[in-house]
Amino acid sequence: MDKTVNQKAWFLVLPVFLVVAFSAVLPLMTVVNYSMQDTFGNNQFFWNGVGWFKELLDPSTDLGGRFLASLWRNLFFSAVILAIEVPLGIVVALSMPRQGWSVAACLVILALPLLIPWNVVGTIWQIFGRPDIGLLGYVLNNIGINYNYVSNEFDAWATVIVMDVWHWTSLVALLCYAGLKSIPDAYYQAAQIDGASRWAVFTAIQLPKMNRVLLIAVLLRFMDSFMIYTEPFVVTGGGPGNSTTFISIELVKIALGQFDLGKAAALSLVYNLIIIIVCWIFYTVMTNAGVEHRGNKGVA
Amino acid sequence: MARIDLVDLAHSYSGNAAAPESFALKPVTMTWRQGGAYALLGPSGCGKTTLLNLISGIVTPSRGKILFDGTDITPLSTQKRNIAQVFQFPVIYDTMTVGQNLAFPLKNRGVPKAEIDARVAEIAGLLDLKPYLSRKAQRLTADAKQKISLGRGLVRSDVAAVLFDEPLTVIDPELKWQLRSKLKALHRALDLTMIYVTHDQTEALTFADTVVVMHDGRVVQSGTPAELFDKPAHTFVGYFIGSPGMNIVPAEVRGREARIDGHTIRLDRNYDGLPKGAKIEIGVRPEFVDVAAPGSGLLSANIERIDDLGRIRFARVRVGDAKFAARVPAGFSVPDNVAGLVFDAAHVHVYADSLLVEGT
Repeated sequence: MDKTVNQKAWFLVLPVFLVVAFSAVLPLMTVVNYSMQDTFGNNQFFWNGVGWFKELLDPSTDLGGRFLASLWRNLFFSAVILAIEVPLGIVVALSMPRQGWSVAACLVILALPLLIPWNVVGTIWQIFGRPDIGLLGYVLNNIGINYNYVSNEFDAWATVIVMDVWHWTSLVALLCYAGLKSIPDAYYQAAQIDGASRWAVFTAIQLPKMNRVLLIAVLLRFMDSFMIYTEPFVVTGGGPGNSTTFISIELVKIALGQFDLGKAAALSLVYNLIIIIVCWIFYTVMTNAGVEHRGNKGVA
Repeated sequence: MARIDLVDLAHSYSGNAAAPESFALKPVTMTWRQGGAYALLGPSGCGKTTLLNLISGIVTPSRGKILFDGTDITPLSTQKRNIAQVFQFPVIYDTMTVGQNLAFPLKNRGVPKAEIDARVAEIAGLLDLKPYLSRKAQRLTADAKQKISLGRGLVRSDVAAVLFDEPLTVIDPELKWQLRSKLKALHRALDLTMIYVTHDQTEALTFADTVVVMHDGRVVQSGTPAELFDKPAHTFVGYFIGSPGMNIVPAEVRGREARIDGHTIRLDRNYDGLPKGAKIEIGVRPEFVDVAAPGSGLLSANIERIDDLGRIRFARVRVGDAKFAARVPAGFSVPDNVAGLVFDAAHVHVYADSLLVEGT
């Protein structure tokens, strides 16, 4: 079929193209540029090729050691966060009322933690957990649990994880609740008639119908927890030692603390790449594990 | 497998204290025999789905009782009632295969695996689902999904009744015919009591042995398709069943005569005992009124248009203020504006306040 060739359509795309170019592509290219060079200040740059990347992946160097250690910390943190927040969010969503005034009340209460700025969340927990003046820290120490997130690694981790669960489980719960609300009543009635147990209703109806929102929840929570910076920085500052120093904290130390722009640029590129790859894996696995969604239709 | 008795059953969604006129289902008492095919027919909002949900236990009645084989099951939950129901929109368990979907109601009730497999194979065979048994149910078309829903309703052999809530709404017209005759065949093959809710008279009349016509929360007539056609108990039934519906016109009835628009029609029976002050109407199906050339002995009518249905033609006419439909005899050429109407006296019915009056 003959099509009229009309290149004017390109002009419609142009504004978006420019915005994306200036907001994403050009800054990213700057980072790519930095990642290949070394600087000693005074705006003097020296070509370094893929040197930084080699160092980054070699645990025997200072840069590589720091990167890999913080990477494992980050992956562990994200895994723990997902393992707690996703099931907990589902349980919260399932136990929420489905109608009446209490729905609005629940939604508002759940939304509250999401409305608090990261920095404030960090500050709240930092004070909350202090053994001398914080409610949590004081109570724990008085009932005989020696809790101090400043000096004890385990306590620091526990604080950061509980804080994140407190802050973000609501998001998973709200998404799941939306998914649950979209299930027509006929499904529950049919399940009743089919004699399905509560567990069967969950596995046969609710979980499959929440598949989509759960994917979104997992992606959002993974990305967010993998990029976490503010809250642990405010609460523990990455300590004690380096025990809660995540990649983002390490990155800021290198870029702004030491002003090693080359190393920092290389690190941020790899960091970015990891997030994209892990998200892609989650997406592929979850869309395929559920069911073949958009397969060929038409059998009768 | 059960006889179903409804005893003075009524329901209001705003509770028992609501005004009797506002009840979604007004008190009804009737018996449905084991193995029958019943249709609940009526327009949207007539209470037919409410009645169905009362039987399945999704809704608990405000008043009255439901008996299965004489046992009061009103307080029982849906699970304990031994009822199967197919809904308007297909309900499919997405993650399961077609076979697992069909087996689900049996599996939940702890039926032995061998028995499940045999029954699933039988039902799948009846519904032509055999080739899809091991496929994921989610990828199928709407009508295949609805077949699975039907199958899940039919798979239990011990159910008291299978209820259908407008199950063919989402199905393409051509497939509707197929599925409907399939249902009819299934009913013959499986000896299950089936109750079918619909607002489509063709669906009701072709499926059911007994059609229960509902209007405004009331059961207005329950009978075979022929009874509904020949002797509508309520003007609503006359109007709702048949296409075009029954002609209902106000008339003065005295003895064996009815006067419409100054003209007298002979009646087959005597109607001397009509209640005083009631609104009297006569009803006659278009099939029993013939258009003829205007004549002195005939009721004259103004012709508005002719509907040619191919096999049969109907004249839409006006008698005084009343609209009328009448059959055009084959080969008769219709006059341009005025025609006479010939009534088949045996099929002219008299209604007092919309209810059929039996003449003597």
